[in-house]
Amino acid sequence: MRVLILAKEGNQSEAATPPTPEAMAEYQKFNEELVKAGVVLEAGRLYPSSQSKRVRFEGKKRTVIDGPFAETKELVAGYWLWQVRSIDEALEWLKRAPYDGGTFEIREVVEYEGM
Amino acid sequence: MKATEAHRAIEAIWRIESARLIAGLARVVGDIGTAEELAQDALVAALEQWPFEGVPERPGAWLMGTAKHRAIDLIRRRKTLERKHEEIGRDVEQAWQGLDLDTMDDEVGDDLLGLIFTACHPVLSKDARVALTLRVLGGLTTEEIARGFLVPVSTIAQRIVRAKRTLAEAHVRFEVPDGTERAGRLASVLEVIYLIFNEGYSATAGNDWVRPALCEEALRLGRILAELASTEPEVHGLVALMEIQASRLGARVGPSGEPVLLLDQDRARWDRLLVRRGLAALERAKRLEGALGPYALQAAIAACHARATTAAETDWPRIVALYDAVVQLAPSPVVELNRAVAVGMAFGPAAGLDLVDALVAEPSLKSYHLLPAVRGDLLRKLGRSEEARAEFERGASLTENVRERELLQRRAAECAAEGIAG
Repeated sequence: MRVLILAKEGNQSEAATPPTPEAMAEYQKFNEELVKAGVVLEAGRLYPSSQSKRVRFEGKKRTVIDGPFAETKELVAGYWLWQVRSIDEALEWLKRAPYDGGTFEIREVVEYEGM
Repeated sequence: MKATEAHRAIEAIWRIESARLIAGLARVVGDIGTAEELAQDALVAALEQWPFEGVPERPGAWLMGTAKHRAIDLIRRRKTLERKHEEIGRDVEQAWQGLDLDTMDDEVGDDLLGLIFTACHPVLSKDARVALTLRVLGGLTTEEIARGFLVPVSTIAQRIVRAKRTLAEAHVRFEVPDGTERAGRLASVLEVIYLIFNEGYSATAGNDWVRPALCEEALRLGRILAELASTEPEVHGLVALMEIQASRLGARVGPSGEPVLLLDQDRARWDRLLVRRGLAALERAKRLEGALGPYALQAAIAACHARATTAAETDWPRIVALYDAVVQLAPSPVVELNRAVAVGMAFGPAAGLDLVDALVAEPSLKSYHLLPAVRGDLLRKLGRSEEARAEFERGASLTENVRERELLQRRAAECAAEGIAG
């Protein structure tokens, strides 16, 4: 199955300063391990919400809202797409990630029948 | 922690750690049969202890530590007659240095590579290589492998037992082959991975036309190998081929499970992510030195299809040229048959039929259902409906796959209707 990992990094999601080189190195090491295990299909980081926009749909009406957005806890800072055999496997991998804050979400991707 | 929760966690951890565990153990004890037993012992210990004590913070290190103690006991028992205890203990301790599962360093990578090469050793039959690879590298249980291949559990269990015995009897050394031996051994590894993929991609038997779980296992093995042996162009070639073929899995099956052939597929349903990964892997193969090998060439053919937005836009002359190159490198009647299909598309059905007719006498294709299927298709395009019908019916009688048989029977019926109308 495929799972999408949403990295809600809390304050770090909106931080103007990039992570420290040490934190980056830790992250890269972990990501490399995942790649070597054949788990990572795709990975990406997102700019802070100050550079983002939202579109709200109400019937025919579209309202555009400019960032930054207030609810920092829910803001996604990065994502992974993983190929795993079960949610439990994703959970075991995710627990090993070198983060000391934030909430990470594992969501299974809907795929065609049998996959 | 609830017992079921712990068991699920252990299953997932086993999936993550088992190959590295077995590989590390095999380097020390010298054979993968013993290594796998030691790893299984550690798993049993985890199943006994973790539901009560909780999952340790570094589960991989825990499993390795447990297996290591048992391995030291085992080696001591084995070597008691030969040398003094202390000396042996020191040797074993030394062999263990650098064996830390929490750091995926080069040594662990080499161990894993050694495990792949050993499980796919040419001394083993193809069936044995496939079963052993899924077991020790995929972390699959015997039951899961049996389900994947639709054979009794006892058959797979026997294959694995025999494979381990054969490796021991042949004194196969646990190592990463180099020099002149490496190319042949690598070919065997790639063959095993592609066999697993193909069994999932077009199941040779059973009610389902595809079994995606096997494709996923093969892809995962390929992706791991691509990182472990990143300088081998054919590894990337095979990965590219599998990624692009897998991108069509969703489009290859119709609403009631029937096969949908490549040119009839809804290309909007092709998985763009896998196509992109496949094309990137092909680029990786091309960037490495040397001419493209058979897998990379087949991936290049698959890439031609992937790049065509509609079936009509397919660059058939280029596909023919690529098949020419495959025939040069790895001649086989099946490749010739595929080339005939491409020729039929590029230069007209009559040209394709000439090539297929030359293959009819080929002994290895005697019971290959796709030969009459291809021939039927070309005959039908030439308006020879009655001959085409007979070919589709012959193809239907040759396949063991229910879905494929239904497809061929349907095509035969269409030809019969055309014959009457014409």
